[in-house]
Amino acid sequence: MNANDAVKYVQERPDLMAIADLIPEGARVLDLGCGNGLFLKYLVETKHIRALGIDISQEAIIQCIDTGVPVIHGDLNEKLDFIKDQSFDYVILSCTLQEMVYPHRLLQEMLRIGRNAIVGVINFGHIRNRFQILFYGKMPVSKRLPHQWHSTPNIHLGTLKDFKHLCRELDFKILKTIPLSAQNRKEHRLSRLWPNMLAVNCVFMIAKRRKSFEE
Amino acid sequence: MNTSKQIVTPKEFLFAVEEDDKLPLDCGRTLRNVTLKYETYGQLDKDKRNAILILHALSGDAHVCGYHSPSDDKPGWWNEMVGPGKPIDTNKYFVICSNVIGGCSGSTGPRSINPETGKPYNLDFPVLTIADMVRAQQRLIEYLEIPELLAVVGGSMGGMQALQWSISYPEMVHSVAAIATTAQLSPQSIAFDWIGRSAIQYDHEFVNGNYDDEFPPEHGLSIARMLAHVTYLSDESMAKKFGRGLQNSNSYTYKFDRDFAVESYLRYQGQRFVERFDANSYLYITKAMDYFDLSALGNGSLTQAFAGARANYLVVSFTSDWLFTTKQSEEIVRALLNNSLEVSFCEIESSYGHDAFLLEIETLGRIVSDFLRNQLMEWRKDECK
Repeated sequence: MNANDAVKYVQERPDLMAIADLIPEGARVLDLGCGNGLFLKYLVETKHIRALGIDISQEAIIQCIDTGVPVIHGDLNEKLDFIKDQSFDYVILSCTLQEMVYPHRLLQEMLRIGRNAIVGVINFGHIRNRFQILFYGKMPVSKRLPHQWHSTPNIHLGTLKDFKHLCRELDFKILKTIPLSAQNRKEHRLSRLWPNMLAVNCVFMIAKRRKSFEE
Repeated sequence: MNTSKQIVTPKEFLFAVEEDDKLPLDCGRTLRNVTLKYETYGQLDKDKRNAILILHALSGDAHVCGYHSPSDDKPGWWNEMVGPGKPIDTNKYFVICSNVIGGCSGSTGPRSINPETGKPYNLDFPVLTIADMVRAQQRLIEYLEIPELLAVVGGSMGGMQALQWSISYPEMVHSVAAIATTAQLSPQSIAFDWIGRSAIQYDHEFVNGNYDDEFPPEHGLSIARMLAHVTYLSDESMAKKFGRGLQNSNSYTYKFDRDFAVESYLRYQGQRFVERFDANSYLYITKAMDYFDLSALGNGSLTQAFAGARANYLVVSFTSDWLFTTKQSEEIVRALLNNSLEVSFCEIESSYGHDAFLLEIETLGRIVSDFLRNQLMEWRKDECK
């Protein structure tokens, strides 16, 4: 896989495009659940970042090594203590938080490792999901959430509001909120009116509150 | 497709001939008239950036792939991995495989003649370390006029040497592939080595290492090999391969000769090993591994030990390897990341145990070949900038 594959891959993913826009030139970036590594490859090519990925799947590791992206085979549910405190500028987690056994622990780990964390959150509060529960009385099944309730890897679904509450509880500040809808830009703009109802997912950039500044 | 055999001729490199050129060793002693056996495959490019050094495990040798003659029917020890069109492609890379000093496959070792006495060293041979083996190989690479190796690749004890290379000669190592290895031998592994060496030393034919070539301590060496061989397998692979199957009859013999297939297999492995390996070398090489502890170079900190390293690393472990475990590989990865070095790590799913590095060629081959391709590409790209 080469740089062109990476560009194509990222351009089809509005959430990844939104994340890429947040990354400055030359940053140190850790991508948790990096999959095939094409997103990191894209950032290496376009932003000349220092990249590292982590993924649990052997196939993903093989693909990353093929792509030429440094990658560590590991489980995000385990401690990431093999990575030093504050050794990255940005730690990315895209559409994976809901699969974690302890999402809050991973968020804390991300901000131990990185100065900033960028989290792509699937919005369970989207209007279509609400409709499915309200009218059918069943757990929502959609393109984004294609699994039945009993066999889904998404074990910790929440709304955008839930995520914001969690950040407050963990004493993280939200630096950027980028609500996203399905594909086109018009819809993105619409989703900004009422994100918790209209955004399919949302990219948050968060950081630890620096106590010294506020005191 | 070219099905003809790839014929390779082993070479010898003699060095440390002059008094002021002696090879210094960790134990404080020196070696003179040192021979290193090695083989090379493929061509060195004009920019000298396609050279790969492969290092072997305990019982390996310089013959990594191909055949020694058209009638030779035993290929090198990593023939599936290395060769024309193979994952480590000798059409593309200049591959060097160097034997270790202390061994019995053509390089200077305990059975070599001591130039001082005119007799075999035997146990007068200095006790070696992995760093000593690497020191000797560095002389070879210097002699071959290769300023920087694209990669140093090794599994098991070969991986130890590869890691040591990147610490001892950081300016000569562009990248490292350390497979099924560890940065320090665990007490469990030291214990197995101790039992193996004890079996040799308690064999009455051993005579303190001064045994006759005709009457080596066969029983001790084969017991050492049988024990070690078990540590290279896994419970699962043994269950798959042998189960509780009986070797010859359908019922127990009610005697103490071998009944089970697994017993027969081990005995065969032990006997075959005695034919090709030397007991004194076994003592020296296992001792070198026991002493191997990279963190000692960093005053107890593995991170500190890699402080001067600058290579890019690929670390690979196997799920069922209980000799050099995934945990041990993760310790290496942690130390490398602490030094902000570029590292990739994969734990390959396998039931083969430690031997997986010789057997899981499909997955391992893909990873290693992609890693090498990207290392060479990036290195040449950097040059253009």
